[in-house]
Amino acid sequence: MLSIDKQQFKLLEKLCNAMSVSGDEGEVRRIVLEEVKPYADEVKVDALGSVLVLKKGSGKNPLKVMLDCHMDEVGFMIVHDDKDGFFEFESVGGIDPRHLVGKQVIVGKDHVAGVIGAKPIHLASRSELSSAVSVDSMRIDLGPEGKAKIGDRATFATKFKRVGPSIMSKAIDNRIGVAILIELLKHAPKNVELCLAFSVQEEIGLRGAKVAAHYFEPDLAIAVDSTPARDLPDYEGNENISYNTKLGFGPAIYVANSSTIDDPRLVRFLEDIAIKEKIQYQFRQPGGGGTDAGAIQKTRAGVPVVSVSVPHRYTHSPISVSRVDDWKNTLNLLHSALKKMTRDLLVHK
Amino acid sequence: MKPLLKTLTETFSPSGYEDEIRKVITKEVKPLADEVRVDALGNLIVRKKPAKGAKDPKKIMIAAHMDEIGVMVTHVDSNGFVRFTGIGGVYPRNLPGGHVRFANGVSGVIGLEPTNQPAEIPPLSKMFIDVGASDKKNCPVKTGDVAGFERSFLDLGDKLVAKSMDDRIGCLVAIEALRALKSTPHDVYFVFTTQEEIGTRGAQTSAYGIDPDLGFSIDVTGWGDTPGQKDFEVALGKGPAIKIRDGGMLSDPRIVDWMIRTAEKGKLPYQREVLLGGTTDAHAMQLVRGGVPVGCISIPCRYVHTPAEMVDINDVTNAVKLIVAMLSNPVSI
Repeated sequence: MLSIDKQQFKLLEKLCNAMSVSGDEGEVRRIVLEEVKPYADEVKVDALGSVLVLKKGSGKNPLKVMLDCHMDEVGFMIVHDDKDGFFEFESVGGIDPRHLVGKQVIVGKDHVAGVIGAKPIHLASRSELSSAVSVDSMRIDLGPEGKAKIGDRATFATKFKRVGPSIMSKAIDNRIGVAILIELLKHAPKNVELCLAFSVQEEIGLRGAKVAAHYFEPDLAIAVDSTPARDLPDYEGNENISYNTKLGFGPAIYVANSSTIDDPRLVRFLEDIAIKEKIQYQFRQPGGGGTDAGAIQKTRAGVPVVSVSVPHRYTHSPISVSRVDDWKNTLNLLHSALKKMTRDLLVHK
Repeated sequence: MKPLLKTLTETFSPSGYEDEIRKVITKEVKPLADEVRVDALGNLIVRKKPAKGAKDPKKIMIAAHMDEIGVMVTHVDSNGFVRFTGIGGVYPRNLPGGHVRFANGVSGVIGLEPTNQPAEIPPLSKMFIDVGASDKKNCPVKTGDVAGFERSFLDLGDKLVAKSMDDRIGCLVAIEALRALKSTPHDVYFVFTTQEEIGTRGAQTSAYGIDPDLGFSIDVTGWGDTPGQKDFEVALGKGPAIKIRDGGMLSDPRIVDWMIRTAEKGKLPYQREVLLGGTTDAHAMQLVRGGVPVGCISIPCRYVHTPAEMVDINDVTNAVKLIVAMLSNPVSI
């Protein structure tokens, strides 16, 4: 079994603290390129900015397996300079405006420090206090000397932390997937040809993965992502039946979401591997949401897909929480699965 | 035709889980086809090659989807009750009291949480499947398991009723057209597609793989001939409907002309269909690669997406005749 060593924590910290808002993923891309180059047979950055890595298998005609993780995160874009250090902004990707007021952000390539403010409670009326503030009426405050340009990206300023069995950070969605793919490349089994896509623009519509899959033309694909857990207790004493996933219960294998019905052959295969290797796993509850698998599945003449996610609480907020054990079990489930993959997996019974 | 339709409609086949129905259809078409294969997403691709010496054969794709709506388990609670979500267009008002069957053969009934507003239809989240279990441990299904609706085939003479006429009736028309098509000047691909109900996904990828010159889908459409139905001219028994448009596609006028010309020449009844909502596999086929001229032949169907979908056998046989006539002669569009 693979373990999570100090180096991997350091790498995940670096990945999480980098800014990589959809469409401007340069910071994470540079880290990825540096990590993958010593291990890859081929590396290229495609037209949209995704990093595409090939690790050849041995033998004739090895199964071509695409692993995808997205490098981008939700964040903000500066859209207007109001002068005096105030900047109007818009959300990039799905962000709940209720998460925003009172948060520290970093803006632009230089990570200029800013804050999203709101009227203090002393001055707010009763009606203002009972309704959410809209993004239109928020500003990023950089102070009178703070510089930003229209189109600059911004993200939460939260720094990565390890707290006991947990990690806390912005952008665990999906730097944890990025870290896992890099580690899988370092331990790539020889029986398959690995096509790794560190893709761009997932948060705004699975865009990078779509063209990456067109390029690779794989036999099958696994999207490695991070999914919300809503596993808090129900304080009225009812059973929580809509948790999506639970922290500490292992990698979440997908069965269906709004973009994909995961291929039942791949779902059963992953489940069997987990049981055989005694790796804790859970099924993500079928429901809304989507991963890059939705786009990959529909490229060219079709690709069998499944998604696997590390669960985390408080998705798309300034700070998410994940468990190190879930990270480790996800890495091992995928590693064990890759080692056992053969063409038989894709026979229609 | 009716015994085959009974088998087709009673076979389990929720979207993404089409293995059983694919086996049934494969058995039927294998002796009739020149080539049968299954692609990456499970589409069954059945080819009838052009007759020897055929000039300028067109590659024609005809799609009928094999999948049906269904449900999927989201959670089994501590008392063994099964919470679920829909696969495809599952409308809560059609569910209470219904029966479902899982791939592993387990059956269950759909129950409702009590409500103090009995006139309102509760959402799926207030429903559950009772499979007769008493706790989580002895419940024979788990999160992610898939079930289809259960209802036996009903023969009312000309009118036929089943839980999955959408779109097993299209599959039947495709099979019977293939059976009746002795020879064709075209390179014909009958595609029994997967995952239509959740976004015409199988049609998109199979059309990419086939790269047809033109094509059409065979699917059900709505009806305007029961009490209270308004503003939709299609009725059961008046012939297959030739689609002009639906919610996701404008049929290529050249394909519409081809269909109408052929129907009139053969003195076959047909109806013109203008559907405002909903769409078919043709929607996806139209937009692959550099684009494909497409249309759709619809079988009028009452009570779509309920367990009692009704069609008229005469519309079915006339659709078969129309398609055979279309495929038997050269076409230029």
